[in-house]
Amino acid sequence: MLKTQEYTLNFGPQHPATHGVFQVILTLDGEKIVKAEPICGYLHRGIEKLAEARTYTQVIPYTDRMDYLAAMLQNLGYVQAVEKLMEIEVPERAEYLRVITGELSRLTSHVLGTGVYALDIGAFTGFLVCFREREKMMDLLEELTGSRMTLSYARIGGVADDAPEGWLDKVDQLMDAMPGYIDEYNGLITGNEIFQARTKFVGQLSPETAVNYSLSGPVLRGSGVNYDLRKNMPYGIYDRFDFEVPLGTNGDCFDRFYCRVREMEQSVRIIKQAVEQIREVDGPVMGKAPKVLKPPKGDVYHEIESSKGIIGYYVVSDGSNKPYRVHVRRPSFVNLGYLDEMVRGYLIADLVAILGSIDIVLGEVDC
Amino acid sequence: MLENLFVGIAHWLRALLGGTGILPVEITESIVFLVKLVAVLIFILLNALWLVYMERKVAAYMQARIGPNRVGPKGLLQTTCDIGKLISKEIIIPKNVDLVVFLLAPVLIFVPTLMVFAVIPLGKNMAALDLNIGLFYLLAIASVSSLFFWMAGWSSNSKYSLVGSMRVVAQMVSYELPLILSLLGVIMITGSLNMSAIIDAQTKVWFIFTQPIAFLIYFIAAVAETNRTPFCLVEGESEIIAGPYTEYGGMAFAMFFLAEYANIMVICAVTTIVFLGGWHAPFEAFAIGGAHVFTWIPSWVWFFLKMYALIFVVMWFRWTFPRIRVDQLMGFGWKVLVPLALANIFVTGIGIYIYKAIGW
Amino acid sequence: MKQISPAPLEEIRQKFSYVELDERQNIIVPADKLLELMKGLKDEFAFDFLTNETAVDYPEESKLEMVYNLNSICHGYTVMVKACVARDNPEVPSLFPIWGGANWQEREIYDLLGIVFTGHPNLKRILLDDRFDGYPLRKDFQWESGRE
Repeated sequence: MLKTQEYTLNFGPQHPATHGVFQVILTLDGEKIVKAEPICGYLHRGIEKLAEARTYTQVIPYTDRMDYLAAMLQNLGYVQAVEKLMEIEVPERAEYLRVITGELSRLTSHVLGTGVYALDIGAFTGFLVCFREREKMMDLLEELTGSRMTLSYARIGGVADDAPEGWLDKVDQLMDAMPGYIDEYNGLITGNEIFQARTKFVGQLSPETAVNYSLSGPVLRGSGVNYDLRKNMPYGIYDRFDFEVPLGTNGDCFDRFYCRVREMEQSVRIIKQAVEQIREVDGPVMGKAPKVLKPPKGDVYHEIESSKGIIGYYVVSDGSNKPYRVHVRRPSFVNLGYLDEMVRGYLIADLVAILGSIDIVLGEVDC
Repeated sequence: MLENLFVGIAHWLRALLGGTGILPVEITESIVFLVKLVAVLIFILLNALWLVYMERKVAAYMQARIGPNRVGPKGLLQTTCDIGKLISKEIIIPKNVDLVVFLLAPVLIFVPTLMVFAVIPLGKNMAALDLNIGLFYLLAIASVSSLFFWMAGWSSNSKYSLVGSMRVVAQMVSYELPLILSLLGVIMITGSLNMSAIIDAQTKVWFIFTQPIAFLIYFIAAVAETNRTPFCLVEGESEIIAGPYTEYGGMAFAMFFLAEYANIMVICAVTTIVFLGGWHAPFEAFAIGGAHVFTWIPSWVWFFLKMYALIFVVMWFRWTFPRIRVDQLMGFGWKVLVPLALANIFVTGIGIYIYKAIGW
Repeated sequence: MKQISPAPLEEIRQKFSYVELDERQNIIVPADKLLELMKGLKDEFAFDFLTNETAVDYPEESKLEMVYNLNSICHGYTVMVKACVARDNPEVPSLFPIWGGANWQEREIYDLLGIVFTGHPNLKRILLDDRFDGYPLRKDFQWESGRE
């Protein structure tokens, strides 16, 4: 008589496909996943605790270190939360610069997400081709903020500095070329027959489950739920731009991936509009914020649409110059919570595809 | 002169040894035979080395990079230095491995590849050993290599290795079938398993034109046999790290690595022989104005040109395709390739009878 | 500008008598009524999306405050619900049966603040090591070699 036996496999923490130090303890039947237990926390630095001992401005660099792939969006969520608490007005020009850098950050994150997903599926060239454009965008961000990844560009009340001369033209030029590059990704990755066979109808997620499990970002929209905070609850000046929210239909890995690709196109559209509009706007890039920030006693919750999903900041002030408590609702962390149910019954290869399609950043998961 | 360069060397050697009159003919012959084999061996090893470089360059240009360009002219010595580094590295032996099997596997992995090369004619009269069942020998020997992958995976005593080696065996066994079946059509036409005879039958028309389906099936199955992308789920570095080679390091790992390239050479050489006319120049049968257009290039150059073109195609696959999944791989092999190969045999059989009926 | 419709707070207050509103229009609810209120909010007021769940430690008042942020995807309004629990032996009913999204967020709160969620299927430490002693986000947590 043949007797089969389940076995466990430690997928990670040192594994090329976990996008960082992340472990999944798999219980396998052959190659089929019976149970998956995600273990995170290898990168936990206690940012929420650290923030309690820093002044409000000093917290900004810590937010960079969460989702280091889209640092500007992390900065933005935090500073907007504090601004909401203190009721600080942000100058127009700063708002536009925030949108441009924020969307550039989203683009870098999505370009990397696309490339890394290709790598997860096994296409190495897609990965490096995506890096090509990412490099150009990072150069632009570096020129503006002095840093390639951890930007720390947003300030409470505005942004750190105005754009250098000619920077906006460079952004505009790159954005003109971007649709061509995105076509190239579609040709190389999205259109590939094997890629589609690997990702379509894998890890399907119904819209009800996606909402129930508080999933957000492309993971939620891939299931066809139209929920993008830039549209649904416009923060900053997002209501001035004309863009669409790409949605998926099947809620499978391919839809989540393709949502990301099409979101890149929309980000390009937003940046182009913002660059056009900012030329009309002159003025300071810092609002009237006091030198020592002492928000009134109280709490505030503010959330924005980051590249991975909804990032929310809950800030409690006790009236001093240090936040009493900062909590971050990290999209990667919440999105990962459904991984176990999502991968059951699939193969190891599908686990890689599903994990890649959620597009997590471990710095954010572990905070 | 160039055409018979290597054959000439063999003749010269034979004459030299026989001319002394001391050695009996048998010993002379076996010395010549040994020299041939060693020459083939060195040739393969050098080629595998060169192919690693070629792969890196091809990949680099496909990925908008430059690739190795520091060591030697155009980085040509890069892989040589890499091998030097790998040889000097310690081979780490994990605690619970089956030591003998663990160490034997990377040594033996090269054996079938080298054995196969004995029968491959690299040019006119340039087979080290012209077996009359050459193709059969080749297929039989080549299929042994899955055993060594299994040895590596099993003895490593690691789950990733085990999963990888299970994949290897499943993949190699199921793709062996369409591989052999696709060759049957050609064998039916030529009526011989001898490599030289198969090449001779293609003087007029290459078999890629008479057996296009067989060519496609063979090439796909052969790429699967060498575990290359899109069938690289044996290694599948984003899934099971490196499959059977996970626990190997240093030169032991490099042996698997080089064996992969040697295997690519084998499959591309066989494809060249069976479908692309071997060492025949294109349009050899058609002389324009009484002169043959392409035959002034030596036959062995033609052989390598064709082989490297195919190798380039294999590399092109690797750097553009994603990896397919285990079940898709099996489904494709058993549900598409095998029936197609069988149909090809059937159609070929009918075709042969029709040709015979109309007096071909 | 697209107007975000405000949450129907008055109706909620009428429906659930034990609910109070504070000056920032947040809903305050006793911890023992939490599950009932949340079920009502989800089923009757279409708050289908639990975006955020966290807690804050207030040692002076000897309480831990649970904070829930709910969004309604179809109506587009949001609400913040707060519930207080005693600092020693804090227990809150888990929202996992209502929103699956509470799963990891509650594990994180348990991990960092030590609030026990009754009815949670897998209440284990998530970010910190299983053998870790103490709850770092509590204000009285001794922070070794930290800047204070």
